[in-house]
Amino acid sequence: MENPKLRLSGVTLRFGDLTVCDGIDLQVASGELICLIGASGSGKSTLLRCINLLEPIDDGQIWLDDLEISVPGLDPNPVRRRIGIVFQSFNLFPHMTVMDNITLAPRRVLSQQPDETAQAAMALLSRFGLADKAAEYPDRLSGGQQQRVAIVRALAMQPEIMLLDEITSALDPELVGEVLDVVRQLKVQGMTIILATHEMSFAREVADRVCFLDAGKILETAPPDVIFERPSNPRTQQFLARVVRTNG
Amino acid sequence: MSLTARQRFERRERLRGIAIGTTSLVLVVAAIYWLVPLAPGWEAVQRSFFNWPILVKTFPKLLDAFLVDVMIFAWSLPLILVLSLAIALCRNTRNPALLPLRVFGAFYTDIFRGIPTILLVYLIGFGIPGLGLSRPWNSPYIWGTVALVLTYSAYVAEVLRSGIESVHSSQSAAARSLGLSEADSMRYVILPQAIRRQVPAMMNFVIALQKDVALLSFVGPIELLRQANVFKSLMANFTPYVGAAIIFLCVTVPATRYADYLLARQRAVRS
Repeated sequence: MENPKLRLSGVTLRFGDLTVCDGIDLQVASGELICLIGASGSGKSTLLRCINLLEPIDDGQIWLDDLEISVPGLDPNPVRRRIGIVFQSFNLFPHMTVMDNITLAPRRVLSQQPDETAQAAMALLSRFGLADKAAEYPDRLSGGQQQRVAIVRALAMQPEIMLLDEITSALDPELVGEVLDVVRQLKVQGMTIILATHEMSFAREVADRVCFLDAGKILETAPPDVIFERPSNPRTQQFLARVVRTNG
Repeated sequence: MSLTARQRFERRERLRGIAIGTTSLVLVVAAIYWLVPLAPGWEAVQRSFFNWPILVKTFPKLLDAFLVDVMIFAWSLPLILVLSLAIALCRNTRNPALLPLRVFGAFYTDIFRGIPTILLVYLIGFGIPGLGLSRPWNSPYIWGTVALVLTYSAYVAEVLRSGIESVHSSQSAAARSLGLSEADSMRYVILPQAIRRQVPAMMNFVIALQKDVALLSFVGPIELLRQANVFKSLMANFTPYVGAAIIFLCVTVPATRYADYLLARQRAVRS
C-alpha cells in the first residue's frame, strides 16, 4: 500500500502476563473502512485505544501519515485531535447540554471562536437529524441519540480518522439502525474509519476489509466477501460459524 | 367513586397507622409534661434554666452577638471552599514534578483532621497573636477563624477528593480522547461532576461549621456563646445558654432539613 493513512507495525501491549495485542500489523488507506471482528476479549477495543494513545504500547510502532505517534514521551494531545474515537458506552458529559458536549473541545483545544464553533456544531447536528436536541442534556436522549451525539462530538474536532468501538453494543436493537446510518454517511463522505463490531451483516455491507482478531493477533485480513464466504483460517471459520448460528 | 376491596383495605390501614402514631406521641409528650416537674430539683432547674423574664431581657443582645457568628461563618465558608479545592487538587496530581504538592496535601489533611478543632483554635488563636504582630493582625478573631478554616478545609478536601475519584475513568478517557489537556479535563469534565455529587456531603460540614463558630468564644470575640457566658455570670442564671441554643437551632435545623432533602433527591436521581 502506498502512503497509508495509518500504519501499525508489530503493535504489542501487555497487561502483566496477559498479552492483549500481540504483534499487530495493519495498514489503513485514506478513506478506507476497516472492520475488526472477533470474540469479546480478542483485543479489538484495546487496539483502538492504543491507536488513540489511551493505552501506551509496549512494543511496535504506530504511524499516522509519516509521523510516528508511538514514540514514548510524545505529547498525545495533538495526535488525539486528529483521531476521533467513539466508545461503546457513549461517555457523553452528563452535566453539559448536547451543544456544550460538542463545542467544549473545539473551543478549548482548537481555540475556535464560540459562535463559529456553535455554527459548525449546529450544522453537524442537523446533518445527523439532531438539530432539535442541541439544548437537551444527555439523560433526556435515547441511547441511539446519545451515541449519535457522541459521534458528532468526535467529528467536531475534524478528525482524519474515526475509531468506532462497538458503538452499537449498548443499544436496544431498534436503535442500532440509526447509528449504523451515521457510519454509512461517514463512509460516503470519505472518512477513514476503523470499526470494532459484533454486527456481522453490517461489517459485510460497509467494510472495505475485515480483520479477524483472536487472542490479540490479527489472524486474517481480507475483503468481506472473502472473510464471510471463504475464510481461510480455521479459527475464523469456527468464530463465524458460532456467530452465524446465534445471530441467525 | 367506588373503591376496590384492596383500596378500601389500604385506606383503613393508613388511617389506623395515623391514629396509633398520634396517640402514642400525645401520650409520651403528656408523660414528660407531667412527670418531669415531679423531680425534686425541678423548681430550681426551672428558675435557673427556663427563666422567662431573663430570657426576654437577654435575647435581643444574644441576637446581636449572633451576628458575629454569622460574620465569621460568612467569611470562613468561601475560604474553606477555595482552600479545600486546592488541597484536593494537590492530592490528585499525578505529575511527578508536582510530587511535593501531593505530599503537602497528604500532610495537610492528616495534620488538620488529626487535631481537635478546639485545640487548634487555642494554638493558633492565642499563639499567633503572641508573635507581637501589629493591629489588626494580632486579633484572635482573625486567627481563631483561620484555625476553623484550616480544620474544615482538611475535611472538605477529602470529600472533594473522593468525589473526584468517584467520577468514572471513562469520563476522563472521553475528555482526553478529544485532545483536552489534563487541566481542562479536570476543570470542565471531572470537577463539575465531582462537586455536584458531593454537595449533600459538603452541606453536613456547612451545618457543623455553623455550630463550631462558637468555639471562637474561647479566644476572644464576643459572639453568641461568649455573650451568653457574660450574661450567665452577670445574672447568676443559665437561661442565656438556653437562649443561645434556641438561636443556633433556628439556623441549623432548617439547614439540616435542606441537606436531607438534597440527599434524598440525589438518591432518587440515582435509582
